[in-house]
Amino acid sequence: MATAAARWNHVWVGTETGILKGVNLQRKQAANFTAGGQPRREEAVSALCWGTGGETQILVGCADRTVKHFSTEDGIFQGQRHCPGGEGIFRGLAQTDGTLITCVDSGILRVWCDNDKNTSSDPLLELRVGPGVCRMRQDPAHPHVVATGGKENALKMWDLQGSEEPVFRAKNVRNDWLDLRVPIWDQDIQFLPGSQKLVTCTGYHQVRVYDPASPQRRPVLETTYGEYPLTAMTLTPGGNSVIVGNTHGQLAEIDLRQGRLLGCLKGLAGSVRGLQCHPSKPLLASCGLDRVLRIHRIQNPRGLEHKDEPQEPQEPSKVPLEDTETDELWASLEAAAKRKLSDLEQTQGALQTRRRKKKRPGSTSP
Amino acid sequence: MAKAGEKSSSSWKKSLKRKAAAEEIQEAAGAGDGATESGVQPPKAAAFPPGFSISEIKNKQRRHLMFTRWKQQQRKEKLAAKKKLKKEREALGDKAPPKPVPKTIDNQRVYDETTVDPNDEEVAYDESTDEFASYFNKQTSPKILITTSDRPHGRTVRLCEQLSTVIPNSHVYYRRGLALKKIIPQCIAREFTDLIVINEDRKTPNGLILSHLPNGPTAHFKMSSVRLRKEIKRRGKDPTEHIPEIILNNFTTRLGHSIGRMFASLFPHNPQFIGRQVATFHNQRDYIFFRFHRYIFRSEKKVGIQELGPRFTIKLRSLQKGTFDSKYGEYEWVHKVCAYCFKKLIFKVWDKRVGGERASGIANGCWA
Repeated sequence: MATAAARWNHVWVGTETGILKGVNLQRKQAANFTAGGQPRREEAVSALCWGTGGETQILVGCADRTVKHFSTEDGIFQGQRHCPGGEGIFRGLAQTDGTLITCVDSGILRVWCDNDKNTSSDPLLELRVGPGVCRMRQDPAHPHVVATGGKENALKMWDLQGSEEPVFRAKNVRNDWLDLRVPIWDQDIQFLPGSQKLVTCTGYHQVRVYDPASPQRRPVLETTYGEYPLTAMTLTPGGNSVIVGNTHGQLAEIDLRQGRLLGCLKGLAGSVRGLQCHPSKPLLASCGLDRVLRIHRIQNPRGLEHKDEPQEPQEPSKVPLEDTETDELWASLEAAAKRKLSDLEQTQGALQTRRRKKKRPGSTSP
Repeated sequence: MAKAGEKSSSSWKKSLKRKAAAEEIQEAAGAGDGATESGVQPPKAAAFPPGFSISEIKNKQRRHLMFTRWKQQQRKEKLAAKKKLKKEREALGDKAPPKPVPKTIDNQRVYDETTVDPNDEEVAYDESTDEFASYFNKQTSPKILITTSDRPHGRTVRLCEQLSTVIPNSHVYYRRGLALKKIIPQCIAREFTDLIVINEDRKTPNGLILSHLPNGPTAHFKMSSVRLRKEIKRRGKDPTEHIPEIILNNFTTRLGHSIGRMFASLFPHNPQFIGRQVATFHNQRDYIFFRFHRYIFRSEKKVGIQELGPRFTIKLRSLQKGTFDSKYGEYEWVHKVCAYCFKKLIFKVWDKRVGGERASGIANGCWA
């Protein structure tokens, strides 16, 4: 059961009780996987990332400072590794070239050797990033480049093969109109594909774009959304916009070319903890503190595709949707979505969007 | 005019109706000599042009008359249909089809997917390790601080005093314009477990913030229909110092569980049945009704109850993880109103219900 089921899970979600859930959207089922057999709050999942070598392995960072390897093919936890040092939970996990990169809340970034034979407890490299880190993200194009940012911890880009100083250190924006210093709180970072730019979303409801290639260390673009801290961000398949979520469960798509709000997505009632877009299809998976995983359709029309109630405090991270399914699966998923699962689907007019949506046939409520 | 005078013998309205009908016939038929016929003949079925509705009559009096006549006719037809149906049922006897169930708002409700299954292990584990675990494991006993918004008026102050008699081990403090974020660390240092803030607007209490203290969730409610003790009719004497029992009705969904546990953790574990007092939180369609009663068993099946204590209705607006921090806190649930799906929203808002053992009456209701 576990083998077949594990492979066909489209979305992987980590929870606060330490359970890793694989959700099969086609069959609308969720499967629970725990390392120890019983859920434990000490193993609360704080970071998730794919392992190297395709999407067959997931690295799960837990609150007790262990990183567990989970194989999606076999559906079991294969091994774990204790990563001590520093205080706080994992804020970023990455894997490259047989090494594991971890970053914790207090700012200790460590690179560990990840071979099975050599699980020594000494890190290969240690960097001090600054206290109060909220996110560490690896550049998918250059695996040895990572970016970190946090509360009163400006955005820094590090080259792990280079020197101990950051490659790029962002500068705070100018003082505001009252001549007061603008506080910094980078909650999430993303690397924009195709260029060296970075996008961050802050706890002071700003979205900023930085360009290390330009001589300007201040943000190249800055927009605000809402009045609540933005907690999660993801890039859309087009590469021109990001979707951000805040602590009130409001999701918004923001265009990065002009800094404009393209539209909002409805449905979430709690703080957004994890967002992930499909790499090619306009689908977004979102989870939050309201314990529900939702799949949204981003365009044409904008609406809710599927809602899954796992009855668990949904904490963070989602891992990207697997791309191994054939198109038939997705087509059948979309056909299934036409059946109304909840009345939150198929919104006629999401707020503030210019795209006129055509109502899909067969989707009117009974 | 002369005609009206003649017909004043029978009921005036009827005659007027006839006259009105007659006039209609005149208009419709276009006949010119209604004078003699109108008084004598009963009103014929008026030959109105098709597509004519009563609302097109310009004369208000006549329009009203036509309408009342139409209504009476409808009522007659309905009664006749009912009688006929009843006769048919009697005639069929046992073979009659079952009576159709009337449509009510509660019937039309869409099933809420978040209703908790009592056997769900994940939820059970989650609840056994959440912020209220220390209360439910009997490691801490509640100590409540009740306060208001700044400069409260009489009603709010009296409500706080009455609440403190209802909730054991609670203390009322005057707010004095202090910031909640500064009060909370002091409360934690003095080992308070919960903080209740009653918000006031225009001299009436209209909001309630309930914050579980060490680092627990904060619930923000909207309060309405507040009745103080003297406004409650046929009430009993003031509540005694005995610890009351608690009834939590209809808190079935996951959100309902959290809120229900929050309310339960306000009261000490060991209800004193000698006091025969009970506090009820009854959830119906997302409104929670709070009542405080004293009960007495007159026989095995009959209970007498006396309402004591204040009474109010609250509705959850948001549940925030962590202590009070409305700007930067993370919300577990926020009440959102969809502008254009009102009707459905009434049914789909998270209805907080719990596996209902509750029947009517207050026999043996205790939150164990």
